[in-house]
Amino acid sequence: MKKRIFSRKDLLAIKGLHEDDLTLILDTAESFKEISRRPIKKVPTLRGQTIINLFYEPSTRTRSSFEIAAKRLSADAINISASTSSVVKGETLLDTVKNLQAMAPDIIVIRHACVGAPHLIAGQVDARVVNAGDGANEHPSQALLDLLTIREHKRNFAGLEVAIIGDIAHSRVARSNMHALPLLGAQVRVCSPPTMLPLRMDAFPGVRICASPEEALEGVDVVMMLRIQLERQDRTLFSSVNEYARRYGLNASRLKLAKKDAIVMHPGPMNRGVEISSAVADGKHSVILDQVENGVAVRMAILYLLGGMSE
Amino acid sequence: MNDRKLILDERGMAMVLSRMAYEILERNDAHGDLVLVGIRTRGVFLAQRLQALLKQIASLDVPLGILDITLYRDDLSHGTHHPVLEKTDISFSLDDKIVILVDDVLYTGRTVRAAMDGLMDFGRPRAIQLLVLVDRGHRELPIMPDYVGKHVPSSPQHKVKVRMREEDEHDSVTVSYTDQGQMD
Repeated sequence: MKKRIFSRKDLLAIKGLHEDDLTLILDTAESFKEISRRPIKKVPTLRGQTIINLFYEPSTRTRSSFEIAAKRLSADAINISASTSSVVKGETLLDTVKNLQAMAPDIIVIRHACVGAPHLIAGQVDARVVNAGDGANEHPSQALLDLLTIREHKRNFAGLEVAIIGDIAHSRVARSNMHALPLLGAQVRVCSPPTMLPLRMDAFPGVRICASPEEALEGVDVVMMLRIQLERQDRTLFSSVNEYARRYGLNASRLKLAKKDAIVMHPGPMNRGVEISSAVADGKHSVILDQVENGVAVRMAILYLLGGMSE
Repeated sequence: MNDRKLILDERGMAMVLSRMAYEILERNDAHGDLVLVGIRTRGVFLAQRLQALLKQIASLDVPLGILDITLYRDDLSHGTHHPVLEKTDISFSLDDKIVILVDDVLYTGRTVRAAMDGLMDFGRPRAIQLLVLVDRGHRELPIMPDYVGKHVPSSPQHKVKVRMREEDEHDSVTVSYTDQGQMD
């Protein structure tokens, strides 16, 4: 039997990973799920390891998920947010990271508004680096928790039809998923207002662009709704929130176009009544809270697999 | 050099397991509080067979749990890669239970130490008793089995191999001599 190992120093992106890497992380995450249901939700595996969560952008879910994952593995987790750190005093990212490196952390989890920030620091520090979202580029741990959720409900990826609907251009979640899903054999379609499509969709061969949400939803197994990033709408990309909700929002009648047993996903935080109606978000097709539960397991798997690298 | 010696064949393993099932019943009065926990991988198969035997002999329904000890190993910081993690499945409380911990080979005792740490996270058992198919000696920790299928005197250069038909082609225990010895 081939030995299954995760042989990378860092987890910076889905792009460049192999199918085996994804499957190993998902299998490991599946085994970790059980720990969160125990009376004592903690194992001693990463005892003595220090994990720094360095967040330059706001986050509730991802940051707390990484922190809980670290603590359930007995690692010491330290959270640093840009708003309360030396960043506000003008320190550069590299200086901050070099100072943190001097305190000998084992893993640095970083979220940053700049594309490539995790890649930049990965080359500068001994610590393993995990990308928790870099600009509009990638959010690998989110894609992995999406994959785990899909696999739990659909068993296999081969032949699965997945629709990603919303602001594709600004979504690192969409980018990571558009790399990951085809790698595992799923068919991906995307739909968004023309102003919200990435300029270079040819970077994602095999991903089909649909003209309408109706076309995208027709007969799909999985619907992934993306958040409209209202805070990033400094340039007007659509005329009004109401119009967006009417034209692209997922409501119960639109969802009927999908397969009967389709699942509905959302990376959060949701704008209820905009990209997704409350009836759908809380309805029987929704697996949104499963995604959050799986987030902890996936991040435990990532920290576990990276934490085993001594060099 | 590789001379392989057969210690137990299919019939031998069945007899040994049957004897140990009786020993479990003999040694414990509170049969209703017994639970079996098998250590992955072959400890689980052994525990399943014991579960069937206890049902057959005494009409007992003994719950069975599966334990993967990977997360509790003491050598995780030594290797370069963490081993693949398999599922642990103990869907009942261990509070006040008599846990029969089952493994195939007892060697250094480090696996059992890790397993006991794992069990404690599922509650506070009244007692943990250790059952092994083979005790080959060379303990590195103060751990003693309660039920032993077969004592197999060996040197560290010997390789003890347990095969079970759930995963291998047949049931057997063999000992062979290798230059490298065996990691356990």
